[in-house]
Amino acid sequence: MREVQLIKQFEERINNGESIEPKDWMPEKYRKQLIRMMSQHAHSEIVGMLPEGNWITRAPNLRRKLALLAKVQDEAGHGLYIYSATETLGVDRSDLIEQLLTGKAKYSSIFNYPTLSWADIGVIGWLVDGAAIVNQTMLAKGSFGPYSRAMIRICKEENFHKKQGFEIVATLAKGTPEQKEMVQDAVNRWWWPSLMMFGPHDSDSPNSEDLMKWKVKLNSNDELRQRFVDLTIPQAKAVGLTVPDPDLKYNEETGHWEFGEINWEEFWNVVKGNGLMNKDRLRARNKAHEEGAWVREAARAYAEKRETAN
Amino acid sequence: MSEGILWEVFTQSKNGAPFTHAGSLHAADEEMALQNARDVYTRRGEAVNIWVVKSEEIVASSPGESGPFFDPGNDKAYRHPQFYKVPKGVRGI
Ligand SMILES: [Fe+2]
Ligand SMILES: [Fe+2]
Repeated sequence: MREVQLIKQFEERINNGESIEPKDWMPEKYRKQLIRMMSQHAHSEIVGMLPEGNWITRAPNLRRKLALLAKVQDEAGHGLYIYSATETLGVDRSDLIEQLLTGKAKYSSIFNYPTLSWADIGVIGWLVDGAAIVNQTMLAKGSFGPYSRAMIRICKEENFHKKQGFEIVATLAKGTPEQKEMVQDAVNRWWWPSLMMFGPHDSDSPNSEDLMKWKVKLNSNDELRQRFVDLTIPQAKAVGLTVPDPDLKYNEETGHWEFGEINWEEFWNVVKGNGLMNKDRLRARNKAHEEGAWVREAARAYAEKRETAN
Repeated sequence: MSEGILWEVFTQSKNGAPFTHAGSLHAADEEMALQNARDVYTRRGEAVNIWVVKSEEIVASSPGESGPFFDPGNDKAYRHPQFYKVPKGVRGI
């Protein structure tokens, strides 16, 4: 069949809301965009364990420590679901991991900011996982079956992440003046990077058009960002915290919170690898990979030994 | 080559329910595949049983030919109860 006709059929399927499965015909560009997007997403889940892992040993009590351990374990699971889903497109996981370890692959810039205080752990759960939920809820309705199914599974788990984070935030916000100051400081540092998680303005997002045409994404970056702000501001108010935006105001007519301009220079700077923690994160990932080599070797040797014994 | 063999994971949500595909994973052998499947896909009581199957051993129909392949079943309306008429007033048929 001719390519033009195949594309036409493919787009008809997309428009009918059908789900595309790995072995179905798909345009090369659809496959490539999905591999890029899904592997970046998987890498983000894996690197995302580092800033929070930093606080596991210093959690203030056992309840918090259990929650944080479980959350970080979930993020490892999320990475695995998405790597598996990406592999259905015909790429090898070890190649993807190689791209991460050598710094060729991108992951969400939010994880290149440092976690300076315990309050950061609360704020990450609330804002960073909160932003991720807004994005992933949309992705769960996307056109590629394995990706959307992984997102449904992930969204179920994310609600716990957000809630445990908000519980930390709410507790500190009604604590001592020092605790309140600590959590407000964390919000001040994480607010703008959280808004940046949705990516550049639609007009500056080169991939957005294709992704939306093929229903990999159903909403634009700016739409999702607005949804997140509308959702989050009342939550901040409820616990007496503010966000560091002098331009923030509620528009009675539209029912939306209007917010100030994002510092895009900072955004691109971190994307390009000049964030505070870019080098540190890659070093930590590489170290973990190298130090885990013996486990992979042992598992392989054991499997081989059993194979020959049979 | 990725580490280990690729396995497909099927989970059963409760006794008597069908096994459904949950995802896939890499593991060196079946024991490790089962343990990894438990850790990756059932952290919140999603399953009471797990199957792991080597991906390469699954035989699948090809999506491109799904039309003609499933055709034989589609034109047999007489396999469905709606095909048959029941006299008015008869119940429980
Ligand atoms: Fe996650
Ligand atoms: Fe999360």
